[in-house]
Amino acid sequence: MALSQEEARRALLALHRFGLGAKPGGMTADLAKDPRGALRRETWDPLKLFVEDDSLFTTQVALSKHFDEAKAERVARESNRDDRREMQAARARSMGEGNPAPGGMAGGMEMSAAPPPKPAQAPQQQPQIEQIIYRNEALARIRKAEEPAIGFGERLVLFWSNHFCVSVAKGQISRATAGALEREAIRPHVLGKFADMLLAVEKHPAMLFYLDNRQSVGPNSRAGKNRNVGLNENLGREILELHTLGVDGGYTQADVTALAKIITGWTFVGAGEKLGPAGTFVFTANRHEPGDQTMLGKTYRDTGVEQGELALRDVARHPATATHVARKLVRHFIADDAPPQVLVAHLAKIFRDTDGDLAEVSRALVSHDEAWKGELSKVRTPYEWLASVVRFSGAPKEFGQVIQPLNLMGAPLWAVPGPNGFPDTFAHWASPESLRTRLDLSANIARRLGDRFNPSDLAEQLFDAALSVDTAQAIRRAESKQQGMAILLMSPEFQRR
Amino acid sequence: MSDHITPDGCREAGLITRRGLLGAGVSFYAWAHLNRVASAAGARDPRLLVVILRGALDGLSAVPPISDPAYADLRGEIALPTEGAFAALPLDGFFALHPAMKNFARLYKDKKASVLHAAATPYRERSHFDGQDLLESGYDRPGRVDSGWLNRALQAMPAGQRVNSKGGLGIGPATPLILRGTAPVMGWAPQGVPNASDDLAARVLDLYTHRDPALGTALLAGLDTDKMAKAQGMSGDMAKPQGGSADPKGMAQAAQGAARLLAASDGPRVAALSFDGWDTHANQGGATGRLASLLGGLDGAFGVFEEVLKPVWNETAVIVVTEFGRTARINGTVGSDHGTGTVAFMLGGAVAGGKIFADWPGLAANQLHEGRDLKPTIDLRVVLKGLLQDHLGIPASVLAEKIFPGSNQVSAMKGLVV
Repeated sequence: MALSQEEARRALLALHRFGLGAKPGGMTADLAKDPRGALRRETWDPLKLFVEDDSLFTTQVALSKHFDEAKAERVARESNRDDRREMQAARARSMGEGNPAPGGMAGGMEMSAAPPPKPAQAPQQQPQIEQIIYRNEALARIRKAEEPAIGFGERLVLFWSNHFCVSVAKGQISRATAGALEREAIRPHVLGKFADMLLAVEKHPAMLFYLDNRQSVGPNSRAGKNRNVGLNENLGREILELHTLGVDGGYTQADVTALAKIITGWTFVGAGEKLGPAGTFVFTANRHEPGDQTMLGKTYRDTGVEQGELALRDVARHPATATHVARKLVRHFIADDAPPQVLVAHLAKIFRDTDGDLAEVSRALVSHDEAWKGELSKVRTPYEWLASVVRFSGAPKEFGQVIQPLNLMGAPLWAVPGPNGFPDTFAHWASPESLRTRLDLSANIARRLGDRFNPSDLAEQLFDAALSVDTAQAIRRAESKQQGMAILLMSPEFQRR
Repeated sequence: MSDHITPDGCREAGLITRRGLLGAGVSFYAWAHLNRVASAAGARDPRLLVVILRGALDGLSAVPPISDPAYADLRGEIALPTEGAFAALPLDGFFALHPAMKNFARLYKDKKASVLHAAATPYRERSHFDGQDLLESGYDRPGRVDSGWLNRALQAMPAGQRVNSKGGLGIGPATPLILRGTAPVMGWAPQGVPNASDDLAARVLDLYTHRDPALGTALLAGLDTDKMAKAQGMSGDMAKPQGGSADPKGMAQAAQGAARLLAASDGPRVAALSFDGWDTHANQGGATGRLASLLGGLDGAFGVFEEVLKPVWNETAVIVVTEFGRTARINGTVGSDHGTGTVAFMLGGAVAGGKIFADWPGLAANQLHEGRDLKPTIDLRVVLKGLLQDHLGIPASVLAEKIFPGSNQVSAMKGLVV
């Protein structure tokens, strides 16, 4: 072991509290000497958070393919010929999506692909285009976990992706666009301005679909008067309650209704519509509620799409938003209960002073003494846990190795139970059922890894002098490398963050 | 460091340290050997199961007030018909039941099920998450998420009583707020990979005992439940995931898990499970469609409860609650938005059945809460207090102070159980 106990403690805090865990040999002297500087260095280059991957589509392309396939299905149904399977196979071939090579994470294991949440499919059938997109997005996401030295930027992506979450269970449009939402609307702004992220998310087809704004029509708009359709408050409400001000942020039901009216007409171009390229954001004046609206005491003139853009920029810089974001960040990274108020206040101030510059806020978080106190009081979320396995063993090539563990642990990818996202508390992820599942999964992953690693050596590489005597001994005394690996994966050192 | 390990690192069979894990109320020994504890002959042994419907159930669709003069107009195309193949099932003439709920209709007729209508927690805003926090924490305002009322009820049971010795049971991968707290809680969910070996489990538990008792307590409870569920037949295909918590198959399976563990002679006596997907903003459907499918899933779970809990049915009470109701008038997307008053269900052999508890506020425009929602006339805490008092024997003073703080003004409802 190269580091002193105190050096190892600091490096481990940096890697676990703010990152995705060490890669073998990642507990370096440089990191131990200046952990804050090392974390700040991961916030300088926003381009590092981008996903460049030839297997992925933009939202526009993904939705065009979704519309095309839906249309082709209709045609096939109408002509009463069930040639759907051939059609899908042909389309999949033209996209270069063959059957992925077997093997996955080195060692090749028997973990079978979990069935996608919906729809159920016959095993021999080619998956639908939306499922293919979802698979490729999932594999590209987990590959990103391998790149950075610490993974602070990637942790921030996970945080914001959960803040602005959608669920693929909502429908095929969600399945086709959930990954693209993260790549197009979240990653570019994680180290940019909060207001820009907010606008990018609320205008993204994935969010407009997930929170029903696509269906919301101003009651006094042309479309509202002609047809039996009306206002849907869902997106307006969640913007205020979850995305910006927070539930105690001082808004009323009238503010919710006003915002919902302000953003009527925010939708995306559907199949065969002439408003623009299918699958892109569009403002349809036809559905927009006419007239000025008053929200949070300010009147917004009816200027079309700008009315909503202005309103969102205002709530983005509202002091309640600064506090909401600051508190959520501190709870997520530092402690569930009694998060240090000094730190919350500090981050909220930086947020206000920099007009919501998230790179500044993130740097302020890791630069503050309060962020480095105490023990690791939280456990890794299922995704964080899986990512830290990937960081020493390599990214899986098979979708099932990503999605099955996440499903079993109750955290299916981009499939949150509600618009408030997954909880990130110790109580939630260290529940009896959750830990029992992690034990079974650890045994399963260890079976797959076989004797590829000497778990005692690996534990030293991952934790250095922060490895406890108890854990080192439990691993050493295991009856096989495989059992030792399972103990390593379950050890407090590997679970805590 | 354990002194039960021989110098060459091999573990001596059966000598596993339990230090630090005994505080959990369940021991590794109990997990490994699963002693069958016979309950005292003749003693009352009540079971309570709480079902939470997350997303806000539309009470006006589940138990429509078909004779209210404003009903048909407010509900428009999703109003339920009173005749024909998809007719609502009759209850008392004024109220009817959604046609997907055939088990409940039968239980109601047999006086084993009751309805509470126009009920709500004290929450008057419209956030799901705050609404569920209130429903589960038992406090009268949001923001208290450290413990749930069902867990505090377990703590309030006299020591040694059957109902609290085994703790509570949460169905699903994580403990829901309603069961969170200092009383021991076990969890069960369908499994999807082979179980880790007992030897690996013992080694990890031993490590946690020394390094991280909080993780040890949780893992031990998880293993304990798993053993018990297997002993109750929840293994093989029965334990493979059948669908999510908003899918009728998944609902039936969660109901199986809960009911089998509650039925075990040495199992928990109090359990909670959640069904999702009730947030029907759009295309809610009437006699058929999205909500009908969910209600059918819920009703299927009722059938499972009745069948599996048959031997202890007379000592069983099930209550079904949701965070709030939905708007009285359907919205522009043939769904309903967040509202206030809604319905709660009770069923089981211990329930005073065949009754509809309601002080009906009416659906006319001037009778609605804030001009849009069913006005709540039953405080849900009154119902829960009545149930805990008469079914589990928790004293009124404890209920007002510890279980539902701030509920002094509302006293327990009588006549809910037989």
